[in-house]
Order: sequence, then C-alpha cells, then structure tokens
Amino acid sequence: MSELTVTVGPQHPGSGHFALIVKLDGDKIVEVIPDPGYVHRGDEKVSENKNYIQNIPHFERPAILDASNMLFPYVHAVEDLMKLEVPVRGQYIRVIMAELNRIISHLYYFAIYGIFVGHSTMFMWPVADREHFIDLAQMISGQRVGFAFLLPGGVRNDIPEAVKERANEACNYFEKRLIEYERIFMNNPIFEKRAKGMGILSKEDAIKLGVVGPTLRASGIKSDIRKDEPYAVYDKLDFEIPVSKDGDSWARAWIHIEEMRQSMSIIKQALKDIPSGPVKLNLRGQVRPPPGETFTRAESSRGAVSFYLISNGGMTPYRLRMITPSFRNLRAISHITKGLLLADLPPAFWSLDYWPVEADR
Amino acid sequence: MSETPKIKHEPPKREKKIADNITVKLRKDILEIEIKPKRIKVKVKPESIKKAANFFKNKLNIDHVASVSGIDYPNDNEIEIVYHTGTYKHKDLSDLVIALAFRISRETPKTPSLTEIWPSTEFDERETYEMLGVIFEGHPKLEKLFLPEDWDDIPPLRKDFKNPRR
Amino acid sequence: MVNGATSNVFTGKLNQILEYSAKAPLRYIINWGRIYSLWPVHLETACCSVEWGAVSGPRFDVERWGMLGAFGAMRQCDVLIILGTVNRKMAPRVKTIYDQMPEPRYVIAFGACSVSGGLYFDSYNVLPGVDTILPVDIYMSGCPPRPEQLLQALIMLQNKIRASKIRSKKYVRNTEN
Repeated sequence: MSELTVTVGPQHPGSGHFALIVKLDGDKIVEVIPDPGYVHRGDEKVSENKNYIQNIPHFERPAILDASNMLFPYVHAVEDLMKLEVPVRGQYIRVIMAELNRIISHLYYFAIYGIFVGHSTMFMWPVADREHFIDLAQMISGQRVGFAFLLPGGVRNDIPEAVKERANEACNYFEKRLIEYERIFMNNPIFEKRAKGMGILSKEDAIKLGVVGPTLRASGIKSDIRKDEPYAVYDKLDFEIPVSKDGDSWARAWIHIEEMRQSMSIIKQALKDIPSGPVKLNLRGQVRPPPGETFTRAESSRGAVSFYLISNGGMTPYRLRMITPSFRNLRAISHITKGLLLADLPPAFWSLDYWPVEADR
Repeated sequence: MSETPKIKHEPPKREKKIADNITVKLRKDILEIEIKPKRIKVKVKPESIKKAANFFKNKLNIDHVASVSGIDYPNDNEIEIVYHTGTYKHKDLSDLVIALAFRISRETPKTPSLTEIWPSTEFDERETYEMLGVIFEGHPKLEKLFLPEDWDDIPPLRKDFKNPRR
Repeated sequence: MVNGATSNVFTGKLNQILEYSAKAPLRYIINWGRIYSLWPVHLETACCSVEWGAVSGPRFDVERWGMLGAFGAMRQCDVLIILGTVNRKMAPRVKTIYDQMPEPRYVIAFGACSVSGGLYFDSYNVLPGVDTILPVDIYMSGCPPRPEQLLQALIMLQNKIRASKIRSKKYVRNTEN
C-alpha cells in the first residue's frame, strides 16, 4: 500500500484554473479534494461599486459562453423590484438569444470533452459548427461573445430580417450533424468504455448534495427551471426535458446532445410565433430599484443560476449575490471520483461541466 | 419568477397555508414571515436555527439548500444569514423557495453549522466564513476556499473593508 | 603590398564579409525556425480562453503559422499567452510556469484584464496587468478580442522575432508579493 498525494492543476491541458488534490493508493483514487479560488475576482464586492447598467456586462463575464442565460435572473430581479413589464417581442428575442447561447455552450463542452478523452476530431468539429451559431448571435447583437444584449426592460435592439432564414438554415444543417456526432463520439466504443459506468452519481446523492443542471437530470430527477417556474415566454413554447436514470458520465453527455435538439426546436418555434411591436421600454436611463429584496432564478446551460438582490434605493446595489451552477456542482466532484483509476479522472471530472470562472466568481 | 408581479392584496393560498403551518409549529421562535408569490421568507431567532432547520427537513420535506448568503449591516451592528432552500422530490412545490433568515451579532458572529442536516451547505458556509468572518460551529473543514492563502486583511465583504485599489 | 595599415583594412573587410555571408543568414535561418514553430503553453485562465478555442479551430486556423496546441510539458513551449485575469492566488503559479520555459520565450498579454486589470481593475484580488510579474512582448486589448486580433498579435510577435538577435537576454523583474 503506497499512499501518494498528487496535485492536478491549476495549470492543466483542459479548461480553466482549478486544482484537485488527489490522494492515491497506487493508481486508484482514494479521495479527491477540490481546490478552487484561482480565478476568484471578487465579483460580489466589485458589483457594489457599479450602477445597475454597468453591472450588465459585469455579470455576463463569469460564464461568458452563455452570457444571456446568466443575465436573465439579473434583469428579472431589477424588473421585479421596479415592477416593469417587458414587451412580448422583447421576451421572444430574449428566448432566442438564450437558446442560441445554450447551443454554443454545449458545443464548447463537447470540444473540451474531445481534448480530455484524446479525440481530436471531436475538438475540431464542434468548434467549427459553433461558428454558425456565433454568426447568428453576431447578426443579432454585434458581438461574438459577451453580448450585453439583455437590459432591464427589454433587449438592446431588434433582430434583422435575415435572421429567420439564416437560423433555419443553421438548424437544418446542424440537425444532420448531430447524427454524425452520435456516430463518431457517443457510440464510439472507446468513449463508451471510458464513460459508461464511470463517475456514477446516485439519485439520493444528487438530491442530498443539491446539484443542478444536466448532472441532476442524468441522475433521474426531472427538474428544469424553464418548466418548473416558467419565465419569459417558455410557457408558450413546446419542448421536452431529457432525463436519464443511469447517472454516469455517458448519460450526462447524452443529455447535452438532446438539449441541443430541443433548443433548435425552440428557436424555430420562437422565430415563427414572434409578434411585432417594441422590443424595450423607454426608461430614459433611470434604472434605480426602490428598497427591497428579491430572489430570482433561470436555467443556464450548466444548471440553475440564481440572483439574490438587496437594494436600499441607491444607484448601486447594496448586496448582490450570484449563485452559479458550477459552484453548486462542486460538491459532486468528490462523490463521483471515488474508486476510479487516475487515468479516468479527466473524463469523469469534465462530464460535470465545471467552469472554474463561474464557480469562483 | 414571472416578469409581471401584480400587487396582490391577498397573499397566495398555497404559500399562506405553508406559512400558517410553520407559524403554528414554531410559535415562539419566529420573528416574522413574508409571503410573496413562490417565495416565503421566515425570520427566526438565532438560538432556534437548528430546531427550525430540522422542522423544515422532516416536516416540510426540504431536501437541499440552494445557497447560504451573508449580508453585513454595520448600522444595526448585525450580520444577517439567509439559507435559501428548495425541494426536488415534491413536484408541486418545485417552484417554491423558502428562505430561512436570522441575525447574529457583528462582533462575535457564531452560529451552528447545518452540514449534518443538509450536506449541500458545506462549501457555502466556508465561503461565508472567509468573506464575512462568520464562524460555523461543527463544520467539518472551516478553511479558506477562494481567497489566497496569505490573506491578512479583514473579511472582504464587510462594509468597512477598505479596497486598496479604489 | 601588405603592410600594417593595409592588413588592418584587409581583416576589417574580411570580418564584414564573414558577417554578411555567415552570421546574417545564420540569424535568418534560426529566426525562421523560431517564428514558424511557436508552441504555446496551455493556460486558459478566464473568459478570453473561448476565443483561443475558436482560433485553434478550422475557421481561424492558427496552425497555418505553426502554433500547434501541443499539450506537452512546459519545457517544450516558447510562448505564454495570458488569456484572462491573473489574480493573487494564481500569480506565483504563473511565474513558476514562466520560469520553467527555456529561452527564448515570449509573452503575449491577451485581453483587457491581462493588460491593465480590465473590468476588475478595482477588485481586491486582481493584479493590475500581468506586466507586474512578467515581461510582456505584445499587448492586445479587447474584451474579449476577436480571434483575428490573436492572429494579428501572432504576426506582430513574428516580426519582432525576425528583427531580433540570436541570443538576447531578457530583463526579468522580481516577483510581486
């Protein structure tokens, strides 16, 4: 019996700075202790010095891949305190941006999964296919990532006419590509051997640890904020929530693929049903909520993101707490890696879709 | 959270029923209850936090905690700690968030840890410890989580923390 | 007639001829090898790293210029691209990574946060720019910069290397505590 403690990280060929302290017995993992904090930027303290409009690009940056999903609960919190009603066309455009962001983020997940498993085609293909959706986002908002597109009271500008046709082309192309992804990656015998049956999170543990997102849905619990507590126009759209009972890394990856299919269906429906009208309220720059507090949540691509806003009537928030899905899934890392070999640690760890910048804020 | 909360003069029925249940069972420990659509906030006395938490878990079937937040009120000389809880098992309560709040003194902020009741609070309590200086008694590993190892200033989220770069 | 004065001129001219014929092509060849095989360290710090992922992809293919994403040890890498915010817990580790790289090594500060602190300039935990701990060759600002700007930074670095000597000592500042 030889015990060894190895520090994996903070610089590692994966994504983000995050260290794992791994206690080994030979090659078998005994315990994994996460060590976050290498990208802690003090978001909550910095937000107290910025006014409510300056906080918009600030709160996109933790998970810049799905910027619009991160901003949803923030604008809802401000609108809740100020009792604003957003025009319906603005809400439809918000949903379109949110689902585009979801596809972009899930494709990046598969790209990095390819690197971790050693499948370099799976890195190149998602990165290339992402560009189609980033082009769409660029047509709508003008930026590739980090759009700052959602405002309290609506969205920044209207969508151009050509978006509808371009979006339908991109979705039709990508639906055929997803079948190829399943063939080369999900049903690839090497990936199946590395991911099926590995990193199992049971249903009881998932509930007890309070995890969110695809990690929760892969363990058999059907919970999604878009269905539990519908916001924007999600109650008018028709989509399903994929759930799996296995709880292993393969199931978590499979849920990402199914969610991309549902997102494309939502985008097509939203572009068909969108009414005409204004896209934002004219607040004349006066965004100053009265004193009060509120707790709002939304479903981002990694799970449920929540904002707890306490305002004392000033120009800047008194306290603004952001609870991100990666921070809530941090608790699951030690559970799913017990008993694995050291070489199986990267795929099991990445299947949780842990984004260090979001967890550290 | 719906984007158009109408100003209700009558509190919503389901939330009122749950709030009445809590008031009946935990009579003297409660200071105040606020009811909004899909959100209930229960303010308890700091000594009875464990009793309230056990009641939430066993009788109301709250099975996880979404977050632990700490807010510094230097004017009242108090720190308020809020546990936002939820349930996954009961489908008809899945959109309800019940907040359990209490206030402790700012000079000696001490409170019992709830990790035995809800294991999902482990990392959140560590973060509140390093950001606000609150000591959670009974926590399995109360150490720094995010701040650098050689941090020697007061906890940063306190209102009297002087930011050296501003 | 070879006497003292003319032999000095003769050796002076010979030195010049040798320099033009051997040293300059030698420098050209060595720099040519360095320019088209810059291997970066895989240091994906924060938000800007998604643009690094896009740059390594098929559309903005950076491998055309020889910058392979070689996930080897740091002893094999030439260039350190700081993609994002460097905070106080990570700063000693970034310095350790820089120290492990063999000479000649270059640093590109990519993104507003590594140039000057960016959006988080007034945070208690963020360094005001990575040039407080490392000597930076190329600064590229943006939040995040477009992938084409990363290619521009690469070409600027290549021009800088093309004009430099074979052996150049870098001035390394002390680590900030």
